[in-house]
Amino acid sequence: MKQVYARPKSLKPAHFHYCPGCGHGIIGRLIVEVIDEMDLREKAICVAPAGCGMLVYNYFDIDTLESAHGRGAAVATGIKRVRPENLVFSYQGDGDLAAIGTAEGFHAANRGEPITIIFVNNGVYGMTGGQMAPTTLSEQVTTTTPSGRNAATAGHPVRICEVFAVLDGTTYLERVAVNKPAAIIKAKKTIAKAFRNQLKGNGFSLVEILSPCPTNWKMSPIDSCRWIDDVMAKQFPLGVIKDVP
Amino acid sequence: MSGNAALGEAAVLAGCTCYFGYPITPQNELTEYMAKRVPEAGGIFIQSESEIAAINMVLGASVAGARAMTSSSSPGMSLKQEGISYLAADELPAVVVNMVRGGPGMGNISPAQSDYLQATRGGGHGDYRTIVLAPGSVQELADIVPLAFDLAEAYRNPVIILGDGMLGQMMEPVSFDNIKPPKEYPKDYILTGARGRPSRMVRSLLFDTKEEEEHNWKLFRKYQRMEQNEVRYEKYLVDDAEMIVVAYGIGARIVKGAIKRLRQENLKIGMIRPITLWPFPAKIIRETANRVTDFFVFEMSTGQMIEDVRLALEGKGHIHFYGRPGGVIPTPIELSRVISRHYYQQSHRGKK
Ligand SMILES: Cc1ncc(C[n+]2csc(CCOP(=O)(O)OP(=O)(O)O)c2C)c(N)n1
Repeated sequence: MKQVYARPKSLKPAHFHYCPGCGHGIIGRLIVEVIDEMDLREKAICVAPAGCGMLVYNYFDIDTLESAHGRGAAVATGIKRVRPENLVFSYQGDGDLAAIGTAEGFHAANRGEPITIIFVNNGVYGMTGGQMAPTTLSEQVTTTTPSGRNAATAGHPVRICEVFAVLDGTTYLERVAVNKPAAIIKAKKTIAKAFRNQLKGNGFSLVEILSPCPTNWKMSPIDSCRWIDDVMAKQFPLGVIKDVP
Repeated sequence: MSGNAALGEAAVLAGCTCYFGYPITPQNELTEYMAKRVPEAGGIFIQSESEIAAINMVLGASVAGARAMTSSSSPGMSLKQEGISYLAADELPAVVVNMVRGGPGMGNISPAQSDYLQATRGGGHGDYRTIVLAPGSVQELADIVPLAFDLAEAYRNPVIILGDGMLGQMMEPVSFDNIKPPKEYPKDYILTGARGRPSRMVRSLLFDTKEEEEHNWKLFRKYQRMEQNEVRYEKYLVDDAEMIVVAYGIGARIVKGAIKRLRQENLKIGMIRPITLWPFPAKIIRETANRVTDFFVFEMSTGQMIEDVRLALEGKGHIHFYGRPGGVIPTPIELSRVISRHYYQQSHRGKK
């Protein structure tokens, strides 16, 4: 019998803790599939964030460190400088990277550290219960913007890829989504390309992934996936933002 | 050579291959020394975007298996506390230098000893301790660096070198002849990629309260071993002393000058100088209190170490205190006057 589907080698036999319809599980799975297909299990070092992604070390069967909230890019810098032959990537949410860890991400990008950030943009602080993130859309209701995010007092949704694109140290920035099969296949290719970019020693790369959070968006998983196309992707256009081979 | 530069040279000779730092006076000479010296020696230097980034780069380098160091002064030390707490929780070695300046807040850039409590009580959040080394001369500062790395790696815990602006910036002759890299300990915890072995994870998040409790007790037992094995201090003219001064670092240096004068006037003053501020040399102070009744604490602060002296004495004896906070450096003459005044009050009390 031909086997068409199996657990990736780099995925531990554990159950994901994620809520139904959450994008983190898909993204985690894509990362380990890429690691297996590129034969990187013995080379990869993952820096996990504070956020819903923090438990990836329970799932990824690769060397992993959990960092303090927002410090992933600085920690990854330390690891990569010591071990330039390894694949070093930091897995971060939008609160982690676009709020508390902006300085660390921005400057790692600006130095052109040859690391990869997998940036999960779900528009909210998932782990702490659905508060506003820097990426929360205008008028979007969260637990800390109960009458919708008001730009006058709470600012505007941050486009991290576009911000990082102006930095000379960045070489590959692309925004993808994981809300439908075609997008998921695209996201996987993008992660693989970012890893190849790093292994070539080609500076800083980041993959931004629009990811559903049905629990905190208070939508069904199917509506969440639709909402990414209909609303979120208008603010965060998908595609290559920067690619300097 | 300045204390800061001597520290940097000693670190390189001790095998420190990674230095990350952010400018702040009075420790800039160290960052600048490392900017040149570390890359020359084939290591890694990054001027980070903040002290928070620097300590997290240290954490990354340490978990990757390198001997790493960062340095700062008081306001920057506050920012490093998050990372120090994670280093302690993750059981990762690192050496962190604080050339203390007057505070709180921005304070000034003059030498002070006002970060004692922050350094000796962990400093960041959670139940943890760090070994704190307080050298009193440029030579001792250089000599203590390999020890700091050795202790950090032996116990897999951050070690703090607590100096001050004066120690960092003063120039003294220094010899590096005895400075060698400490031995390597087994590094079966570092992240190198899971080649030919199971994958590893380094983490401090333990949702299960039982697991977190056990982790805390495990750390606690490690800190107990440090308390048993790593206490260091210097006794100066203690044997016949009728009053013992307790002072550390540059403060102790000034006290020594004062005691030399007072001894010429036949005042029987001695000193116990803690070299490890944590673990604190409580036992020797307590034992000395069997014979000596009066202890004089001098600090360049409003009084922080005095709490440890009080705890050490367990209610025995009398404690005298003199403090000069805010970056003021008293002269030996000033100190000798104050000490002699307390000495005569004491002997007067003794006669009654
Ligand atoms: C210094 C610090 N502040 C706050 C927190 C609490 N905290 C944990 S995760 C998180 C936000 C997570 O949101 P995000 O980065 O968007 O990731 P998500 O959970 O949505 O995937 C916060 C605020 C923390 N762990 N540390």
